[in-house]
Amino acid sequence: MMELTHFPLLSRYAECMMWLARYMERMENLARLLEVTETFVRDAEGQTAWDSIVSINSDESLFSRLHPDASSADAVPFYLTEAENPGSIRSMAHAIRENARAVRPLVSTELWTHLNVFTRWLLELDETSVKTSSLSGLCGRIRQECQTHYGIAEGTLYRDQAWLFYRLGKHLERCDQITRLVDIRYHMLLPQGEAPGSAIDITQWTSVLRSAAAHHSFRRLRPVTVTPANIVGFLLKNEGFPRSLSANLRQIDDVLSLLANHAGLYGLCAPLQECLDELRTTLSDQTAGDIILRGLHDYMDWIQTRLASTQNAIADTFWPSIPTAISQATLQAQE
Amino acid sequence: MSSAKPHSLSETIPAGLLDGYQVPEFFCELMNRNGPIPEALSRVRNRLAAMDVAELRKRTASAEAQLYSMGITFTVYSNREAIDRILPFDAIPRIITAQEWSHIERGVQQRIQALNLFLHDIYHDRKILKDGIIPAELVLNNPNYCEAMVGFKVPGGVYVHVNGTDLIRDMDGRFLILEDNARTPSGVSYVIENRHMMLRLMPDLASGLPIRSVEEYGPRLHQTLCEVAPEGVLNPQVVLLSPGIYNSAYFEHVFLSREMGVPLVEGRDLFVENHRVYMRTTMGPRPVHSIYRRLNDEFLDPLAFNPDSLLGVPGLIDAYRHGNVTLANALGTGVADDKAVYAYMPRIIRYYLDEDPILDSVETHICAEEEGLAYTLANLDKLVVKPVGESGGYGLLIGPHASEAELDEFRQKLQQDPSNYISQPVIGLSVTPTLCPDGVEARHVDLRPFALTGRSVWVLPGGLSRVALRKGSLVVNSSQGGGSKDTWVMTS
Repeated sequence: MMELTHFPLLSRYAECMMWLARYMERMENLARLLEVTETFVRDAEGQTAWDSIVSINSDESLFSRLHPDASSADAVPFYLTEAENPGSIRSMAHAIRENARAVRPLVSTELWTHLNVFTRWLLELDETSVKTSSLSGLCGRIRQECQTHYGIAEGTLYRDQAWLFYRLGKHLERCDQITRLVDIRYHMLLPQGEAPGSAIDITQWTSVLRSAAAHHSFRRLRPVTVTPANIVGFLLKNEGFPRSLSANLRQIDDVLSLLANHAGLYGLCAPLQECLDELRTTLSDQTAGDIILRGLHDYMDWIQTRLASTQNAIADTFWPSIPTAISQATLQAQE
Repeated sequence: MSSAKPHSLSETIPAGLLDGYQVPEFFCELMNRNGPIPEALSRVRNRLAAMDVAELRKRTASAEAQLYSMGITFTVYSNREAIDRILPFDAIPRIITAQEWSHIERGVQQRIQALNLFLHDIYHDRKILKDGIIPAELVLNNPNYCEAMVGFKVPGGVYVHVNGTDLIRDMDGRFLILEDNARTPSGVSYVIENRHMMLRLMPDLASGLPIRSVEEYGPRLHQTLCEVAPEGVLNPQVVLLSPGIYNSAYFEHVFLSREMGVPLVEGRDLFVENHRVYMRTTMGPRPVHSIYRRLNDEFLDPLAFNPDSLLGVPGLIDAYRHGNVTLANALGTGVADDKAVYAYMPRIIRYYLDEDPILDSVETHICAEEEGLAYTLANLDKLVVKPVGESGGYGLLIGPHASEAELDEFRQKLQQDPSNYISQPVIGLSVTPTLCPDGVEARHVDLRPFALTGRSVWVLPGGLSRVALRKGSLVVNSSQGGGSKDTWVMTS
């Protein structure tokens, strides 16, 4: 049960809590994606398909501007240390740090201390640190530090409005990440030169699942045949999988209900929930097969547009017409 | 500097940490007290003596690593990069006996009462100026004199809600007030964090000793801000106004807002409507009644002062003058802690309270006055000369340590702009055993106790002991290579 909800929360705190959570989630996803790509994702010539990460993040134009004669391997420093890339680990570490500084009066000292040490370590990374330790080792540690952060947040953050905005950010970001991943990696699930519907290459589909930390959960369903549709269905619609689109849409709805009921923000939350209901209905009314048949890419695109407008509506509702949070400009440039 | 000989020590000092400590000619807080060492100190000294340097070094390194990880830091900027620095921490505490503390406490209380009465007077009837106790132009032409405060009544007559008094001890161990900090004094977070660190790091040293707690500061500060809230507000909303995350003292702002349990706001979080101040929250605007501001006067309100300031709140001064919000400290307190006004403080205390000052000031020559300038020029090599408008230990001359060229340069500065300077004799500051690269050595130290004033004056039983880490240096400021120590006020 929420406590002390009649206490108003400074709008800037709400905004920074939300972005703190979004960046942490985004960083964890990027680290996992780099790790999985290095190990499992190959192109037709058997080379690591780094450029698929560029597509997932819609970074094609920035990437080709910074690396005009890019080889695919340039994607690694582009995503680890490139200061000009707002989506690099370094830039996100910076944004996390600044948002964490802003909410430092509000969060536990344990949470702050961990972020302080973690982001400082990230900001000190340079190209040599990638060479000395393996990429997967480095990304593994980043991923684990993100997870340590979630643990500290779960165990020490006071359950007031700040916590709800933190959760909003986390689940919005997960929705965004899973739709990008499904959109871009779907082509890897399609069998090469064979009839649609036949079984697909096991290395390819496990890599897609691994990118979303879904590999073993999916195995437990023990599908008779593995088809693109049942993988897409799992990632978008499985309620038990914590990174699926539907599970996270439900979480967002839960958080908005808590805000509405306990913080007395019913009037503010109702329009946001209506917007979300539409999203959830389209998802539950279609099977993965329907979605693919009608056009997966267009559907993912539509969902992302709706998520972005939900984010904007949240901003307009809870922190209207004030100067933006740190690095929000950076984020908008990316989205 | 006088050359009094240290009092010979009648007791033998146990071997160990303090073994190689050379007791200097100065008053030493722990080892040379011009008399027998009080019981409260000898217990600490004996425990210290039983430790060794390597162990202390190990613990200090661990303390400094912890301070860095926890972000108990101040920020400096180089090449637009923000660099976090810790205030170097010395694990040997500075100890103040109950008797010494009661003297300090009474002296600080008296001083703050006088400061508040003085501020009220100069913004209202100006009796002290009419009576010729202090030159009117020194007050009225002072850059920190605030016209907006003339005739304005502050709640409870309190101008200086939070004050830091810089104290030093001379060769005889006498406490002297070196400076008042009546604007936005900083450092109190270190008083409390140093204590936490000390109890983690040196539990064996502190165990069972009657040390007074410093935990009360946060709740007391909140209470003070509630006491001075505008009249008729039942449950005042207090906030701490900070310049923001890039300010070098941001950690302290975080610390204090957390200790009080109130929001840390930036100017952009507040707005003024109908002469009232509101903060922007997820539930819409919420009224604000008391602002502990860590922003200097000139940045508070672009409509009233510096129009370029993006840190402040447009209309804040208007709301303040309507009596709808309290600012702590009040506007225009800078005239009271001015280095030139300082010279008149003993007279100011006598004028308002009809009492002798409990704590002495350092003898001060005002270069704006002909006599003071002549004396200063004639004795430059023996004096400390300070620019009146500077803080943080910048721009001062320490005569006995200066070269001929430096003295010449200062003579010119003095003649060109005498009213910008005061001079004082060099005080042989007391020292305290401090861990240095070559072992435990004597280093000069000062003390900044913090006082809160609402309905009455309360002094936090402790203080920031700043120590000059460079051998022989008298400058303890953190910007000039100073460190800090935990300060133990004993109950007996």
